[in-house]
Amino acid sequence: MSRSEHPIVHLRGVSKVYGATHALSDVDFSCYGGEIHAILGENGAGKSTLMKLVSGVIQPTAGEIEIDGELTRLKGPSDAISRGLICMFQELSLVPDLSVRENLMLGAVGTGLGRLNADVVKRAQDILGQIDGEAIGLTTRVADLTLAERQQVEIAKALTRDPKLLILDEATSALNASVVEKVFRLIRAERDRGVGVLFISHRFHEIETLADRISIFRNGAHVETFDNGAYDYGAIISKMVGQRIDDLFPAKPKADPDADEVLRLEAFGWSDRLQDISIVLRKGQITGLGGLDGQGQGDVLQGLFGLLKGTTGRCLIGETEVSIRHPKQAKDPKLGIALVPEDRKTEGLILDQSIARNLELAALGTHGIDAADKTIYQPFLDALELKCDSLDQPVSQLSGGNQQKVALTKWLTLGPRCMLLADPTRGIDVKTKTQIYALLRRLADSGVAILLLSTDYEELIHLCDETHIFYQGRIVRHLTGKDVTAEAIIAASLNIPATTERSEAANA
Amino acid sequence: MRNLFRSNQREAIAIAVLSVLLALYLATHPSGPNTYVMTIWANQCLILALAAIAQFFAVIVRGIDLSVGAVMALTNCVASYLVIGSGLEMGLGIVAVLAVGIACGLVNGALVVFGRLQPIVATLATASLFVGLALLLRPTPGGQIDYDLADAFTLDVLGIPTALIIAAAVVGLFWVPLRRTGLGLGLYAVGSSEQAAFQSGMPVPVIRLASFAMGGLFAGLAGLYFSFVTTTGDAGIGPNFTLNSIAAVVLGGVALRGGVGTLTGAMAGAFILKTIGSLMFFSGLPPLAQPFIEGLILAGAIAIGGAGVLRVKNRLEVFAQ
Repeated sequence: MSRSEHPIVHLRGVSKVYGATHALSDVDFSCYGGEIHAILGENGAGKSTLMKLVSGVIQPTAGEIEIDGELTRLKGPSDAISRGLICMFQELSLVPDLSVRENLMLGAVGTGLGRLNADVVKRAQDILGQIDGEAIGLTTRVADLTLAERQQVEIAKALTRDPKLLILDEATSALNASVVEKVFRLIRAERDRGVGVLFISHRFHEIETLADRISIFRNGAHVETFDNGAYDYGAIISKMVGQRIDDLFPAKPKADPDADEVLRLEAFGWSDRLQDISIVLRKGQITGLGGLDGQGQGDVLQGLFGLLKGTTGRCLIGETEVSIRHPKQAKDPKLGIALVPEDRKTEGLILDQSIARNLELAALGTHGIDAADKTIYQPFLDALELKCDSLDQPVSQLSGGNQQKVALTKWLTLGPRCMLLADPTRGIDVKTKTQIYALLRRLADSGVAILLLSTDYEELIHLCDETHIFYQGRIVRHLTGKDVTAEAIIAASLNIPATTERSEAANA
Repeated sequence: MRNLFRSNQREAIAIAVLSVLLALYLATHPSGPNTYVMTIWANQCLILALAAIAQFFAVIVRGIDLSVGAVMALTNCVASYLVIGSGLEMGLGIVAVLAVGIACGLVNGALVVFGRLQPIVATLATASLFVGLALLLRPTPGGQIDYDLADAFTLDVLGIPTALIIAAAVVGLFWVPLRRTGLGLGLYAVGSSEQAAFQSGMPVPVIRLASFAMGGLFAGLAGLYFSFVTTTGDAGIGPNFTLNSIAAVVLGGVALRGGVGTLTGAMAGAFILKTIGSLMFFSGLPPLAQPFIEGLILAGAIAIGGAGVLRVKNRLEVFAQ
């Protein structure tokens, strides 16, 4: 647990400039073995740039990097890996068309272009077993895994490379709380062996439980490094944003259980993945979908948006029964359904196209909306405070938070009566999160029904009016009002009846 | 098991289709199934199979090689000068022919990796270059290959066509070992996701260069084997082989977007394509209708490979395939 005497990596006066943008300016930073060092900052604060520098993906414009006290220039990721600097990237570093097994062997220590070594596979399997990943088939193509399973494989892959410094960039963003806890146990064990850990996460409670030290970055500069526990939430957030955000979540008005129904699902099903799903969405309410990953929550959203073939059960919009067979039908003003998908980079946006082009995509071909009229998007962009040079900039140049703002605006412009959102704040900085939360609450107040899938139970507790918890394709629990507690959500997610009863008793 | 089938589905279909076609061919051939018929068939198939392997190495790293036929023509013309004489001279001649193939592949690879040209443009340019060189060497078809050597590679061993033995050797002695190395895995990684390969610490430029070099080597082998079959040099053989090599890899289940498919699949595709052609020849169909029917069979075979899309229940997965 004691930290090493000398830093593993020491940055001195490091800057990185992209064109006119200063991603990092004159940063001094060091991290030691035997400690978990969390990096906090808004999107665009320079966290990812820092990680890329340390892992050899990019080279600094100015300044020096010392590794183990030796002045070094990292020529590329392979150079960094051979020095024990192992990074788990937010942009997944797995090859989609290769199997899990092949991905684990790819670039393993000592392999290079030579003979593959299957030893790492056994070790990785062992690690996967410790983080609830034993069910992941080694011969499965990575493209066929869920996002959460991919992150589990990424973690196993990183740990098999004998890291001296383990860099985790939003490594657990798609994992649910119980798996995250197990991953943390592994990370702590690595730290106790003397490994240094650099940890980026936007989930505060994760940093609070895991970090030994915390460094704050803002606008490409290193603001401060301090021991975990030295400041409270409020103080940390104000250091990050330079201004104080008192409440992450907007005030929740009292829910009206008799508000008009917007959408009603009855006994909705899809092959063997979804069974007997009944959900009622009411005007002005935010309804949450929770549970472990891949329990069918996402399928409900896709089914409602006409992406699934062969769904069963009844779906009523207002008073009329409808059968939604295609996204074009779902987004038609007659139904007015919008879906902001989980993976904004592949499903939500066309990264190489400009912001304006992306905004037009949902509106194109919709009755009564002139997609080419840029002024219709502006109110939403203003409300979300989109940061960009111009609307002609490609979306790929925006930060994750700003990309999500574009994806949201694209659908908000249609004036939907029902918004389906799949984890809209995943991997997004705190300030953007609060903007999105506030916007969702305002939308609800204006009469839009919102169905929010979330892997962050804080959102289910503080933002949603009621929550359905999924387990193996069924809704196992419907939580409302005071029953929505962290304990109740976790218990229901794991489908543990005993704990559920206890929490019921506690609430009674 | 399901995963195993799924990952080899395209190859399994290709091999099934080939078996049916070959049975049909042997059944309809006027002189019936005998070693001579099999040998002629296997020789024709192997030439295209080697060309298809050359194409495979370009396609697997998300490229395409329009110079496969041109490299074949150039190496064929070089062979028509050098593969004759004493045993030593012929041996050195073969080495020289294959070195020319590898050099051509490296030129393509260097233009793509260091010149940052798109493979389709780079190889379009080099194709003209290579054919130009071939024409300088052999303005008109001519030259000669040692007959004994040619016979040794194009007849049969104990009733098994030598071409089939060579095909098996390529798979068993080259492909299977390659697949067990970081380079073999790296080919797929670079074709499927260059970024992921890079971040996993793979030397992406080296892999891409190596892939084009191996492609050049196999185009050279195709040219050499073509020389054994025809025992003469001809600079004009290129265009047909280039297009057919692309058709063969697609037919063999290699995805043109890169990262998916196998060398065996590419070979199977070549065998299928050539067998369809031979079938037509003896089918008794009017010659003018033959290209039409051939195209129909090709389209049908590819459609079978894509039929899985119909079973997909989530519309988004259709795009992911």
